[in-house]
Amino acid sequence: MKLHNISFGNIIRRKEKMIFLVLGLVIGVSTIVTLLSITKSMTQNIEEHLNQFGANIVLTPKSENLSLNYGGIHVGGVNYKVQEFDQKALDRIRSIKNAKNISIVAPKVLGPVVLRGKKALLMGVEFEDELRLKSWWQKTNGYFPQNKEEVILGSQAAKFLDFKTGQTFTLSGNRFKISTILKSTGSSEDNAIIADLGASQKVLGKTGKLSMVEIAAFCKGCPINELTLQIAEKFPNAKVTAMKQAVMAKMQSIEMFKSFSLGVSIIVIFIGSLLVFVTAMGSVNERTREIGIFRAIGFRRGHVMQIILLEAMILGGIGGIIGFCIGNLFAWGIIPLVIKDGIFWGISINLGIVSTLMAVSLSLLASLYPAVKASNMDPSEALRAL
Amino acid sequence: MKKGETNKMTSANHLIEINGIQKNYYMGDTMVSAIKNINLFIADQEFITIMGPSGSGKSTLLAAIGGLNKPTKGRVIVDSLDLYALSNEQRADFRSEYIGFVFQSFQLIPYLSVLENVKLPLAVTGQKNKIKHQMAMDMIDRVGLAEKAHHLPDQLSGGEQERVAIARAIVKKPPLILADEPTGNLDSRTSQEIMMLLQSLNEGGYTIIVVTHNSDMKAYASRNIKVQDGQCYK
Repeated sequence: MKLHNISFGNIIRRKEKMIFLVLGLVIGVSTIVTLLSITKSMTQNIEEHLNQFGANIVLTPKSENLSLNYGGIHVGGVNYKVQEFDQKALDRIRSIKNAKNISIVAPKVLGPVVLRGKKALLMGVEFEDELRLKSWWQKTNGYFPQNKEEVILGSQAAKFLDFKTGQTFTLSGNRFKISTILKSTGSSEDNAIIADLGASQKVLGKTGKLSMVEIAAFCKGCPINELTLQIAEKFPNAKVTAMKQAVMAKMQSIEMFKSFSLGVSIIVIFIGSLLVFVTAMGSVNERTREIGIFRAIGFRRGHVMQIILLEAMILGGIGGIIGFCIGNLFAWGIIPLVIKDGIFWGISINLGIVSTLMAVSLSLLASLYPAVKASNMDPSEALRAL
Repeated sequence: MKKGETNKMTSANHLIEINGIQKNYYMGDTMVSAIKNINLFIADQEFITIMGPSGSGKSTLLAAIGGLNKPTKGRVIVDSLDLYALSNEQRADFRSEYIGFVFQSFQLIPYLSVLENVKLPLAVTGQKNKIKHQMAMDMIDRVGLAEKAHHLPDQLSGGEQERVAIARAIVKKPPLILADEPTGNLDSRTSQEIMMLLQSLNEGGYTIIVVTHNSDMKAYASRNIKVQDGQCYK
């Protein structure tokens, strides 16, 4: 007979109460584990999507003039020649130290064309990369270009030139078909005719030349400034600009999810602790007689505390392990339902250890006052209940 | 402290010396004296019955002797030790080594088997499990319940539960057994059996103090003490 036999015996005898207590811990731990798993999946998912959601590095030829353009409004009437760089130099981007962090490289050539007697902007792109980069582009009807003869028209350009989906036009002897017209994006694309890069270079007489390159980079673990510097080293005559706004937006979104999870976790931990505390207090009050007997036959205060805290530890451990398993099960079931393309990232042993230790600590902490109360019980007072 | 060392009395071979103890309780603003100026000497290996009507103070006296209830006044000296001069923890150690309690209504732990209940006082000792097991089995055998060692208390009759309570009280072989109404819940035949068991323990060297309101029980004792209105009459 050891003190732990008493703890085990009591747990088995008071099954219902103990199940209730364990349930409190299971709910707490499983909620936290589920939330953490969902947050992890969301974070990964958001990072992946945001990394492809627009460029965060822009490469443009160096200019000695100051751009007099703000929000698409040109002022000052200063015209300066659009400079280009060589398309062959593009390979240098993929040769930087952090090349594995580069997700999309979208080169562009820009130039004016005259169509139906009106001046318009022609933007040549690699459609495959451009459409991945501009995932927010929405077509009104038709389809995105499937070959070099098909083009997209921005909403303003279509209105200005009076074109509809399916119509064709000729530029410098090249025939193009409008495969779709974009819904208004509120940005420069609205005013452009977006065509294949090679075909556009040919029309504009800029074969092998690029006006600018937009780059989307995975930034987890690689500072955007570092990437910018590495690219700038490879393009001494180009201006490399980091779009920090995009990075900050990513970080902010992720931080918001983390804060939300932390907030919910704190509430759940608080409720869980309260439940353990109330159950432990109830258990001590119910066991007044028993504690009186223990004290009367010579158990020290420390022995009584050991019995109660050992029970708390066992139940905390059970609650933590079950909670961790159920939390993972929930996460596995819920993630595909709440996150599009969400993936359950698997069971983390570290999280299992931490959550079990947390449940044990929580249970011990919540049982500490009841245990002290029980150990301080005057045996004569306790035995009055006999 | 061991049973063989109990003869170091300060006065004439007394195991227990009670000097002018008084115990007052407050019921609201009213003070009630449960026991009033009791002086008592109990010799080693005596079998004492303390008798008196309900509320006379006999259980309070027993609790005071057992180191469970500090008197408002007076001293309780057991084997030269002034019990209430000890700290709470020292008194717990004293009870563990020196006193075997038989509580009213058996007071067995319901989720522990007979064997585990009897082993309970041994849980805080550093002895090996094998020795604890043997000690408990010896006592269970002595009270005639060897075949029911693995039964739970609610599977036993009242008399059997009382025997388990006695086995638990004597498992550490304490020199002093304090029993509070050990026959209170038993029929007369079983009561006699229990008293005979206590008598045989007394013959085996234990000092026994039994609180009872059953006057038939005094026949088993070497001395009877009557308590009424908190006072002691020999």
